Parts: sequence; C-alpha cells; structure tokens
Amino acid sequence: MPETVNGVVFGILALASIGGAVAMLTTRNVIHAAFWLLEVMLAVAGLFLLLSAEFLALVQVLVYAGAVSVLMLFVIMLTLRRREDAIRPLDASWGAAALALLFGAIIYVGVAASSFTLGAMPDEVPDVEALGTLLFSLDGGWVFPFEIASLVLLVALVGAVWWSKEEDR
Amino acid sequence: MSDVLRVILPVLAAVGLMLTNGVVLIYMLRKVLGHLHLRLGPMHVGWHGVLQTVADVGKLLTKEDITPNNVDKALFFLAPAAVFVPSLMAYAAIPFSETWRITSLDTGLLYTFAVLSLVPIGVLMAGWSSANKWALLGGMRAAAQQIAYEVPLLLSVLPIVMLSGSLDLVEIVSAQGGYWLGFVPRWFVLHPLGFIASLIFLVAGLAELNQTPFDMSEAESELVAGFASEYSAMKFGLLFLSEFSNSFIISALGITLFFGGWTLPWIPADWVAHIGPIIFMLKTYIGIAVFMWIRGTYPRVRIDQLMSLGWKRLIPISLSLIMVTGIAMKVVESVRGVS
Repeated sequence: MPETVNGVVFGILALASIGGAVAMLTTRNVIHAAFWLLEVMLAVAGLFLLLSAEFLALVQVLVYAGAVSVLMLFVIMLTLRRREDAIRPLDASWGAAALALLFGAIIYVGVAASSFTLGAMPDEVPDVEALGTLLFSLDGGWVFPFEIASLVLLVALVGAVWWSKEEDR
Repeated sequence: MSDVLRVILPVLAAVGLMLTNGVVLIYMLRKVLGHLHLRLGPMHVGWHGVLQTVADVGKLLTKEDITPNNVDKALFFLAPAAVFVPSLMAYAAIPFSETWRITSLDTGLLYTFAVLSLVPIGVLMAGWSSANKWALLGGMRAAAQQIAYEVPLLLSVLPIVMLSGSLDLVEIVSAQGGYWLGFVPRWFVLHPLGFIASLIFLVAGLAELNQTPFDMSEAESELVAGFASEYSAMKFGLLFLSEFSNSFIISALGITLFFGGWTLPWIPADWVAHIGPIIFMLKTYIGIAVFMWIRGTYPRVRIDQLMSLGWKRLIPISLSLIMVTGIAMKVVESVRGVS
C-alpha cells in the first residue's frame, strides 16, 4: 500500500479510536458509552489490520466487538430498571476526583517507566499457519504459556458456574 | 480496469446480490410456506404472483418514515445500518466458484464468523432505541440467542477445518474433490464426523438466524414484530433485507463447508467449470428452501429449552466432536504411516 494512503487510513482509525474513547468517557448515557467502547474496539481492529495482523484483527472483532461488548450491553440493559436510569448524573465528589487522579497517576507512571521503541515492519508477514505452528510447537514455541492460559480460563469458567449455583447449597 | 473500479465493482455486485436475494426470498418464503400450508400464496400480481414482491418493495420505498417521539434518535437511525453493514460484509469471503469471489482471504471462514458476530449489536441497538418494551424484549432475546449459538456454530465447523487443514473457504471446497470407495463424493456431510458437525451447524445456524423453531425474538403472537416493531418504511426494509441476506450467508457457508461448494459429483469438472456460480446459487437456494421447510413444519421452542439445548447439549457435543476428530486423524495418520 502506498505510504500516503496508509497514513490517511491510520489517521482516520487513530482519530476514531481516540475520539471514541473520549466520547465514551464524556457521555452520560451508559448505553451510549457501551456503543462508543464498541466503536473503539472496531477501530483498534482496523489498526491491527493496517499492520497486516489479519488474524489478530479478526479475533479482536470476534471476541471483543462481537462478544464482550454485546455481553456488556446485555448486562446494562438487564439491570436498568427504567429507561431514564441510563443517563447518569455527573459524580463531582472529592472521592471520585481522588479515584480519577489515582488512576491517572498509575497510568502515567506505567507509561513513563516503559520505553517504547519503533519497531520495523518485517518484509514478509507470517500467515495464520506460521502463527499456529509457533503457538503449538514444543521447542521454541509457546505451547506451555498457551496451555496455561487456557487452564486459567477454564478455572475462571468453572468458578463462575460454581458461584452462580449458590441457591443449591 | 483501474484499481479503484476493481475494488468498487465487487462491492456493488454484492449489494445487488443482496437486494435481489431479498426480493427473491420474500417471494420464495410466501410461496413455499403457502404450499406447505396447502395455500397458494400470492397469485394475482403477475404470473403466479411473481411481481408481488416487486410491488411490495415499491410500497416500502414510498411509505412514510415514522420516528416515534421517545426514541433514542441517534441509535434509532444507526441501528438499521449496524444490522445491514455486517451482513453485506459477509459476502466478501464467500466463494461462488474457484475464481468468482470478492476477495481471497487465508482466513475466509474466520472472517465470515467475525463479521456475522456483529449482527446482534445492531439488533440490540434497534431493540433499545425503539423505547418500546416489546422491541427491547425482542432485541434482548435475539442477542442472547445469537451469542449463545455462535459458540456451537463456530465449534461445529472446527472439525471441518481440521480435516481440510485450512481456513480458506476455497481450499475447504477443493478438499472435498474426489470420491470415497470410488463413487461416494468426498463431501464432508457424507463423512461420519462431518455429518454430526453438519447437524450441529444446521441447528446452530437456524438459531443464529432467529428462524423457526428458534424465532422467539420476533414471535408475532407475543412480541408484535420483535426488535423491528417501531421501524417503518425502508428502515424496516433494511432490517428485513439483512435478515434474508443472513439466511443466504448461512446457507452458502453450509454449502461450502459440507456440500462441496460449486462442484457437482460424478460429472467431469471441466464440463461444469463455467457454471460454477450457478451451481453454487442453486445449492444455496435449496439450502434456504430446507430452512423454510423447517419453518413451516416445526412449532416454536421455549426460551429455556433453547438455552439448555445450546449450552448443555450442543456445546459439549461439538467440543467432544473436535476431540474425536483430532484423535481419529492421528490414528489414521499412524496406521497409514505403519503400513
């Protein structure tokens, strides 16, 4: 792709993701906030696609946009008792301010402590098959971290089922 | 052809296909359901009513577009687009023949599922923004059902991916060339593991489409028209267009994965090489006719039955099917390696 086209698309996607995040934070309607979050996730998937990380982009859409945000919307819609409750008043108390400040400080320290270096794009982009081989090969691959991650997820799943069966005990 | 045209023309072709498909499917639905109910269906406009849906489209386009007072305006306007766009995007990876497809993707199957997973968002958006309790209930039911059945739908195609060794839909079709025992086509539906997978795919696909026996989201007798209740004119048209288009996509995916795509068995491949897209379309419409047959035959299930079928039956079955497939493939591999 020519450099300028790439730049324009990047600009649009970057604006969409940052703008969406700002809009998500500033809107007072929780439903709108959830939809803005969804927009941010889709824009980030677009950024992945721009880096030729096709698989990552698709998984981002499938998992984050398609499942996580729907689940979030679902929970919000189920727990709102009246439609008017969707619009939340602005919490301007000292506690909220302190919490926001603390969060900002943690993020700032985290970002300042890590060093970002500009990586170069490889000439040839590895395909899904290469990714699969890398994930599942024993020597030099990521098979153990991968399996541990799936085990952690399994434990979380079983735990969720156990918690939700409370009335039987 | 210039590069710009080469990008734009396939997209326009997909839009054209989607619109035509909508018109054809409405007519087909009325006729198939009519005859299943021992009725005639539309008969008066044109020969056997063929122009009825054309007239209906004209009606939809010229009707007044009503926006109720209390709707969430931004979301109400966005929702038809949020349903329509993913459903249009899903055409991109469908192979109509070896060369007839909009774009070739290594991960075509995953792409189609990723795009289809965005449909429930538009449905929730429509349900919420309508400010109508039936619409909200319909939207929630539809989204819950689609989320729940996306899992078995995805899991049911994994054995096919394992057997064919690719996520590319074209390669999945070419893995189905040739014959078992010299005369049985190597379609995955005729493979013992693939057959079970195809049954799961059918059930999960019907639930994903919100079609009978899983049409609680727009149960006319309980919920008016579900999430589409407050929509009128072409906004309603768009919602329904994408519903029909999703039928087409799921049927086309099923044909590609289990019924050999654009190929025909027992006929030399070079005889039918040029009519591949026609064969593919015919097979897809046969698949849709089967959906309609089910729609005209079965009663609606209850929502708790739907959920327990999805989570307690289909997901464990499809997970164990993946394990069995993996073990069977290794066993076959080692047996072949020894002999």
